[in-house]
Amino acid sequence: MAKMNILQAVNNALHIAMEDNEKVMVFGEDVGHFGGVFRATSNLQEKFGRDRVFNTPLVEQGIIGFANGLASQGSVPVAEIQFGDYIFPAFDQIVNETAKFRYRSGGQFSVGSLTIRTPYGGGIAGGHYHSQSPEAFFAHCPGIKIVIPRNPYQAKGLLLASIRDDNPVLFMEPKRLYRASVGEVPEEDYQLPLGKAEVVKEGSDITLLAWGAQMEIIEKAAEMAEKDGVSSEIIDLRSIQPWDADTICQSVEKTGRLLINHEAPLTGGFAAEVAATVQERCFLNLESPIARVCGLDTPYPLAHEKEYMPDHLKTYEAIMRTMHF
Amino acid sequence: MKNSSPETQESAVTFENMNGAYKLSVLKSMLRIRMVEEEIAKRYPQGKMRCPTHLSVGQECVPAVIGTLLSESDLAVSTHRAHAHYLAKGGDLKAMLAEIYGKQSGCCKGRGGSMHLIDEKVGFKGSTAIVGNTIPIGVGLALSQKLRGKNDITVVFLGDGAIEEGVFYEAANFAVVKKLPVLFVCENNLYSVYSPLKVRQPQGRKICDIASTIGLHSQEGDGNIVAETHRVLTTAIDVCRQGQSATFVELHTYRWREHCGPHYDNDIGYRSEAEFLAWKERDPIELYKTQLYKAKILDAEKLQVMIRQLETEIQDAFQFAETSPYPPSEQAYSPVFAQGVNINIAEVANG
Repeated sequence: MAKMNILQAVNNALHIAMEDNEKVMVFGEDVGHFGGVFRATSNLQEKFGRDRVFNTPLVEQGIIGFANGLASQGSVPVAEIQFGDYIFPAFDQIVNETAKFRYRSGGQFSVGSLTIRTPYGGGIAGGHYHSQSPEAFFAHCPGIKIVIPRNPYQAKGLLLASIRDDNPVLFMEPKRLYRASVGEVPEEDYQLPLGKAEVVKEGSDITLLAWGAQMEIIEKAAEMAEKDGVSSEIIDLRSIQPWDADTICQSVEKTGRLLINHEAPLTGGFAAEVAATVQERCFLNLESPIARVCGLDTPYPLAHEKEYMPDHLKTYEAIMRTMHF
Repeated sequence: MKNSSPETQESAVTFENMNGAYKLSVLKSMLRIRMVEEEIAKRYPQGKMRCPTHLSVGQECVPAVIGTLLSESDLAVSTHRAHAHYLAKGGDLKAMLAEIYGKQSGCCKGRGGSMHLIDEKVGFKGSTAIVGNTIPIGVGLALSQKLRGKNDITVVFLGDGAIEEGVFYEAANFAVVKKLPVLFVCENNLYSVYSPLKVRQPQGRKICDIASTIGLHSQEGDGNIVAETHRVLTTAIDVCRQGQSATFVELHTYRWREHCGPHYDNDIGYRSEAEFLAWKERDPIELYKTQLYKAKILDAEKLQVMIRQLETEIQDAFQFAETSPYPPSEQAYSPVFAQGVNINIAEVANG
């Protein structure tokens, strides 16, 4: 075991994946010699050479288009989009090509070896275009998996599983925690399952569901509610698509209450999809309406970042409202 | 013809030196494309081909010639107007027609239709209805070929409209930086749906010059003349295969029928009957036949034999497509993901 932050865990996973399989390639804007703007790809080019690790021009739809071509020919591209906010120029390639190739070729081939890494989320005073959480846009697109880790241990195991999964994966890294989240990480190769939520803490009164950087927010809110005698079951969804409805529904059947927290805006966010499924499957178990504590329905603000964020206080208040419905 | 890279020499293999059998094979390929497309147009109103369909009538020369110059391990990607490219790359006529009919025996098991042909067996890595979308994918394919160190190339078919999409510049730029073995084949047919080139791009600026400015080895030529198309493409393919440069060719041609569908549309006012007739006078097949007659490579009997063979093949292929079964309903969710992935949508829908 070694102490690592999320960036070090991601970097460690990439080193292992590239050593393990010579078909793995890493490319994107500035990922080469300097290891990217966050240094997640440090020392990869030095170790694995410029054919396997290289800087691209400023061309997000190109990065994914090139990656689609490479993946369809057997390479294992790990393409980086420098910030989640820059993924929209590549939206067309991801939605119309990456996610569809297996289906539209009638199963002749896919680009399932492709992994797209991108830092997402706010809390770093990044303003409109360095803060967004675009997971729900991609959750609406059958054919691509979406994975979001909450800490270094999860980041390494889930990234290795994503790179080796036979489906394209959008791997979203919580940039607010890149250096802030530090933990013990095994130095050896290991994988964590995709499509499986994790019950982080068991409880009996309410289920709190989040992913990525919002996990520490719901944990903090749960501690506050605990002092008021509320026992929270805390779940990390980990995979947004496909998502683990069974684990969430089993928990709600026990607690009778559900709160979902995400940083993306409320309307059309992934919490809406979870809520729709849970009310369908657990209607008779519910003691109160499903609560959503999410980002504001505004562009991501700079000055109003504090108001925008679905923080632990908003979450605590929503827990108490749900408990006293 | 324009050649913007003076250091590049003309290919040693000239069309004039090719033997009669080769020249007849090009004619047969052009006729095959024409006759397939005309048969689709004839049968389309029956309502059995239910997908939007874009025909290549009038544009047979470029695909027919390039088809003779590529190897099986070369790759190609294409556009919404893909039938000719698919057939020229060695695609299976039966599988293409079955795909247009939405049948399980189609090259994509009926999942795609006319605009979305894919056939890995012949290196046809996909056509797409999103104009420009296959351009960066083709460049990625060329990067994979370069990394493998073989002499294979990727052909990216595109039209004059795709030049207006930003991704053309973006992908071409990268292909030049990396010296990738990619050949962009631009069939300039003057129209994007109902908009003529002159309202979309500045008059006097040539598409091949844009390509040249980006750094691509760039040429232009008459895409209705077999010998000229052959000359331009052989040069481009040589440059590409030798790894000298990513290459671009602009070949001028004209689509005879409407943008999408089986009809002629000269009466609706976006182009004139006179313009169409002028281009029809320059029918690539008639021009080529005349040349072959003059050279005594072709005569009426040879032509009749060729047409009869093609008629039989085409009728058999339509028969195959029309009698093939549709994909079974239980396969509607397959294959979205690799096997073993739980799809929540399916569970919910099934109650």
